[in-house]
Amino acid sequence: MGSSTIKPGFTFEYTMWIFTRISGLAMILLAIIGITAAFIMGARTQTDLPTLMRWTFFPNPNHVVNSEIPDITLGWANAFWQIMQILIVFFAATHAYNGLRVVLEDFMGHTIWRPLLRGFIFLLWIFSLILAVYVILAS
Amino acid sequence: MSLKRKVGFFQGLKYRGKGPMWAWILHRITGLSIILFVGLHVFASFFMQQFGSDIATSINIVYESWIFQILVIFIVIFHALNGFRIAVLDIWPQLLVYQREALWLQWLVFIPIYGLTIFILIQNNIIAI
Repeated sequence: MGSSTIKPGFTFEYTMWIFTRISGLAMILLAIIGITAAFIMGARTQTDLPTLMRWTFFPNPNHVVNSEIPDITLGWANAFWQIMQILIVFFAATHAYNGLRVVLEDFMGHTIWRPLLRGFIFLLWIFSLILAVYVILAS
Repeated sequence: MSLKRKVGFFQGLKYRGKGPMWAWILHRITGLSIILFVGLHVFASFFMQQFGSDIATSINIVYESWIFQILVIFIVIFHALNGFRIAVLDIWPQLLVYQREALWLQWLVFIPIYGLTIFILIQNNIIAI
């Protein structure tokens, strides 16, 4: 198996390789934006460190219940935070499912189970995204 | 594209890959752990909120306990920082000559962030107890 059997151009695996890096950096960037926006909204005096860290990891109202924020429904209800949450969930879910796929394929090799695994993970991914977006928008 | 080589797990651990190899192993373990723990937390929260499930509530009680959070915070921050190093070295491969220094820098950033978080976490919870 030499380099002559490697397909040039944008294969699925190459694209996912690129996406994993991009999504990882995007999540770090979204976390920084989340922290910054939290401080602008008054997190310095209204939350403690664990609350701020929970918020950074994923900005939803359940993560700030133990704080002195006057109105915690603000976090969920406006477009900025909902879009932030959807972006975080999208990048995280895709990044994670791809990582799972890579690890499992390392043990699986080129057998009949590989397309079945990819199909199964793909379905899980679609299901997770639909569920997450529903929860974010419908709460 | 598999090589016909059967290397056992413990034999593989003897490979002298040193720092970068342990970083790779730890990155995989933390990645799978994030999927397991965070995924469990997300599903438990969903069932707790929608159905008031007792099992889901117990899962979340464990997940949110401060002792467990010491582990979770390590897992998440390590995976993020290590991933950042990997992404940077993949985008600018000419920096690969500085792999060793990059790992030093990674730990140099990790230890204060993790240490401070853990210090505050333990301090708050020991006083409460």
